[in-house]
Amino acid sequence: MYEGIIQELIDELGRLPGIGPKSAQRIAFHILQTETFDVTRLAEVLIEVRDKVHFCSVCGNVSEQDTCSICRDPRRSQNVICVVEEAKDVVAIERTREFRGLYHVLGGAISPIDGIGPDNLRIRELMQRLADASIEEVIIATDPNLEGEATATYLSRLLTVLEIRVTRLASGLPVGGDLEYADEVTLGRAFEGRRLVEK
Amino acid sequence: MPLYRDDVVVLRTHKLGEADRIVTMLSRQNGKIRAVAKGVRRTASKFGARLEPFMVADVQFFEGRTLDTITQAVTIASYGADISADYASYTAASAMVETADKLTEADATQQQYLLLVGALRSLSRGEHGSSLTLDSYLLRALSLAGWAPSFSDCAVSGVPGPHSAFVVQLGGVVSDALAPPGTPRLDHETLGLLSALLSGDWVTADAAGERVRSQASGIVAAYTQWHLERGLRSLEHVDRSNSTVNTNKKVPAA
Repeated sequence: MYEGIIQELIDELGRLPGIGPKSAQRIAFHILQTETFDVTRLAEVLIEVRDKVHFCSVCGNVSEQDTCSICRDPRRSQNVICVVEEAKDVVAIERTREFRGLYHVLGGAISPIDGIGPDNLRIRELMQRLADASIEEVIIATDPNLEGEATATYLSRLLTVLEIRVTRLASGLPVGGDLEYADEVTLGRAFEGRRLVEK
Repeated sequence: MPLYRDDVVVLRTHKLGEADRIVTMLSRQNGKIRAVAKGVRRTASKFGARLEPFMVADVQFFEGRTLDTITQAVTIASYGADISADYASYTAASAMVETADKLTEADATQQQYLLLVGALRSLSRGEHGSSLTLDSYLLRALSLAGWAPSFSDCAVSGVPGPHSAFVVQLGGVVSDALAPPGTPRLDHETLGLLSALLSGDWVTADAAGERVRSQASGIVAAYTQWHLERGLRSLEHVDRSNSTVNTNKKVPAA
């Protein structure tokens, strides 16, 4: 236990996700001992992030303006929406450079055991977007875990009524892996989603 | 015993650090177990899919000072995919595992494990309405824990029924002489359905009408939450819209 401001710094760092007491102590002493570390810049960025970054009023992605850069980009396809759980997933999909449509961030997945139901997610906003715009396809890209699958089931139940094409991201074997190490659930999904090899 | 093995059903998971999870499981031999599964959130994880909620697996643990660590997992039964494909079944199964989590500790009996596995199997196959399966599970799980409700004889004096005054705090129906003023009364159809759900009389339970099912579900929810001494978060999200017909119904394997 340290005294005064050092312990306060360790305690504050320890409140961040994934930072335990040891890591917090290590970061605190790195800040104290490294002369090149620009503390002022870090403090300024933290304050700027809180002041400037909001959630996009259209898709729910993080943005410094009312709407995010993806929603503002006229070159992107306006008739396909990819539904993801978190803003972090938008970045992951953007890295692939395979998708040029719009996004909708739900803000989580349906998890009754955690008290999260459909009303706690941005599903109502999605339905409003689909009613207004000329959307032809919705790609459901929730996580391939139980909560993500249940959320996809719930969404598909809602969306099929609107006569919009609803697709789900494929799941199966990771590239670079060995078949013998694949678990039976993943391998089963890979078989279900097998595709015809074009001649 | 630094290494041990057990059959488990996964109740829930919590994220831990970068790619790990804390997995809460109900086991056949060792009651409720909380253990760390390292790296299971990575897409290349060898057993991440085997440790999702509602999975039944044969798991090997390394005993730790605070939490055990999962070293290997082999699937025994995979109910998660079928359950998550039907939203009503998913919400019902969530309420089941939350109840099991709150009802059991390290001294949980094998009957609790077998009851939960049986209920999840029934849900995944769509054998009965998901709401009925949930209510039956809740009543039976509470009975195994020592809180068996009485739906015929008086829960206080044992006077043979039928009685219609139902008092959650007293453990079921009570005779008119012992019923506090303003006690709600249940009709014989609702009491018949509750008895059927408790005893596993599925012919009677499946034949019950929507109004009776709805009233019975309310009684079961109140009884469960009173005895657990806390609310079940998942109960308010249970989708009872297809309690009569399960859209996920499948023909059981021969």
